[in-house]
Amino acid sequence: MDTRIDLTVHEAAATPHGQTPHGPWPEDSLARVPYWVYQDQDNYTGEMRRIFEGATWNFACLEADIPNKGDYRTNQVGGMPVIVVRDADGSINCFENRCAHRGALIAFDDGGNVQNNFKCIYHAWSYDLSGNLKGIAFERGINGAGGMSKDFRRDDFSPRKLRTTVLGGLVFATLSDETPPIEQYLGAEITGRVKRVLNRPIRVMGRFSQPLPNNWKLYMENVKDTYHASLLHLFFATFRITRLTQAGGVLVSPDGAHHASYTIGSEDVAGAEAFKEKDLRSERDDYKLADPSLLQPVAEFGDKIQLQILSIFPSLVLQQIHNCLAVRQVVPKGTDKMEILWTYFGFEDDTPEMNTRRLKQQNLVGPAGFVSMEDGCVGGFVQRGIAAASDKISVVEMGGSQAESQATRATESSVRGFWKAYRRFMGY
Amino acid sequence: MDATKLVELNAAYARAIDNEKFEEWPKLFHETCLYKLTTAENIAKGYEAGIMYADSRAMLEDRVSALRKANIYERHRYRHLVGLPVVLGQVNGAADVETPFLIVRIMRDGVMDVFATGCYLDKVTTSDEGALRFAERIVVCDGGRFDTLVAIPF
Repeated sequence: MDTRIDLTVHEAAATPHGQTPHGPWPEDSLARVPYWVYQDQDNYTGEMRRIFEGATWNFACLEADIPNKGDYRTNQVGGMPVIVVRDADGSINCFENRCAHRGALIAFDDGGNVQNNFKCIYHAWSYDLSGNLKGIAFERGINGAGGMSKDFRRDDFSPRKLRTTVLGGLVFATLSDETPPIEQYLGAEITGRVKRVLNRPIRVMGRFSQPLPNNWKLYMENVKDTYHASLLHLFFATFRITRLTQAGGVLVSPDGAHHASYTIGSEDVAGAEAFKEKDLRSERDDYKLADPSLLQPVAEFGDKIQLQILSIFPSLVLQQIHNCLAVRQVVPKGTDKMEILWTYFGFEDDTPEMNTRRLKQQNLVGPAGFVSMEDGCVGGFVQRGIAAASDKISVVEMGGSQAESQATRATESSVRGFWKAYRRFMGY
Repeated sequence: MDATKLVELNAAYARAIDNEKFEEWPKLFHETCLYKLTTAENIAKGYEAGIMYADSRAMLEDRVSALRKANIYERHRYRHLVGLPVVLGQVNGAADVETPFLIVRIMRDGVMDVFATGCYLDKVTTSDEGALRFAERIVVCDGGRFDTLVAIPF
């Protein structure tokens, strides 16, 4: 299915179509990326408008976070604070977390429950669960004096509203009327891979946040980069959770924006020999766990896929590493800062044994993850390495220069997919 | 339970980590134990997950092996300031103990940051050799943000 959509460049764009803040894209190839893209403030501002506030589905919360009427979570869509709330009829609403009066946050906690309305603490203006401005304190003044003018129309001043959609218990929001339905946005293959994991009601097991000293795109590229996993992460390779010589591949949505990489559970002895010949640092067969119960996974999705890393443009990751399940929301915090919001989850019908298995496997990921720890620092190494190289370019050429699905993970195909989508949204 | 011995146990714990004698760290736990690194908010919400989780001394040893042999990160170390332990209760020789901590992270380039504050929620019992050891140490961080990465245990 072709998921390409008409992406009108939004009026708030910082530069004319086809132009970047640094002139044209350096080479018309998906395999080249200029370094200013991780540094430039105007470009960053453009990303907030054209991508996050544009025709994209942004992760808002988990359905499991807001089961009952009036349950809400706060989040960010790019730089924009939002409230996502369960309405009386079971539907989910999302609106900008900005009071129509003076711009204060309407809700300032991570979440909670409101009965029927939100009330801004500053001057007690109130909003219904759809984000409509409903009440203005002393609207008619006191004893006939003061108050709002008679021709003030509340409807003209409500916070911006976002459309919401739900897929597999993930709630997404978009500001744009043009964003296609989520399954079309993702394409059939990626949609199927989301549903493969999120096939029944989930339960949250923990939340952690990890600020990183790098541009948000460096983390998204890292997530999509199947090439690095066995080379940077020794823990992965040594314990054969995944490596390039195992069967697997990468699916890239037709528009390049989304991806799912996967590993099939079967040992490849010939491949292991190839690894040894290369004398790669990340291959040490003598390294054994003192307590192997850390890694005693069971297949729970009715297939042989041991590992699946899936990204939804622009900034969500759904991760299945054996029985360790998590969503990672990437929140941009400036050109050289970002934050990962980790939510570990299991399923409502987990047995106590499965719960313990997940708790142990959660050692693999997160800020202290045996296999994700290096991802925390490697983006910062790039950000620092390119400090004086804004006019230079990086090479993203493993596996060619296209952004198609490939039956190997020795490729940067899905990284190129990111840039294909990115340039389209940015008009570059 | 002897408060002096509890203080000594905590001092040995902090010293092992801060002096990078990581191999000494698992020895302060019983063979079957629970070590978990989590946040006050997760505890309050009843969320069980930790960014580090071990239910055996061997699993703690694996943490040390990984940080010695496997994981790659920019050189840094910690300085623990551990407060006074409060014994919340004792049953059959097992004491529930709460101890506040502060960890400063010292980076390779000399930058020192407050990396974490929180409290240790411990279950401490006496080993066969007569030494106090952790049956449980739940590291409850006051905040929920972990800057860049956590290689070294808290």
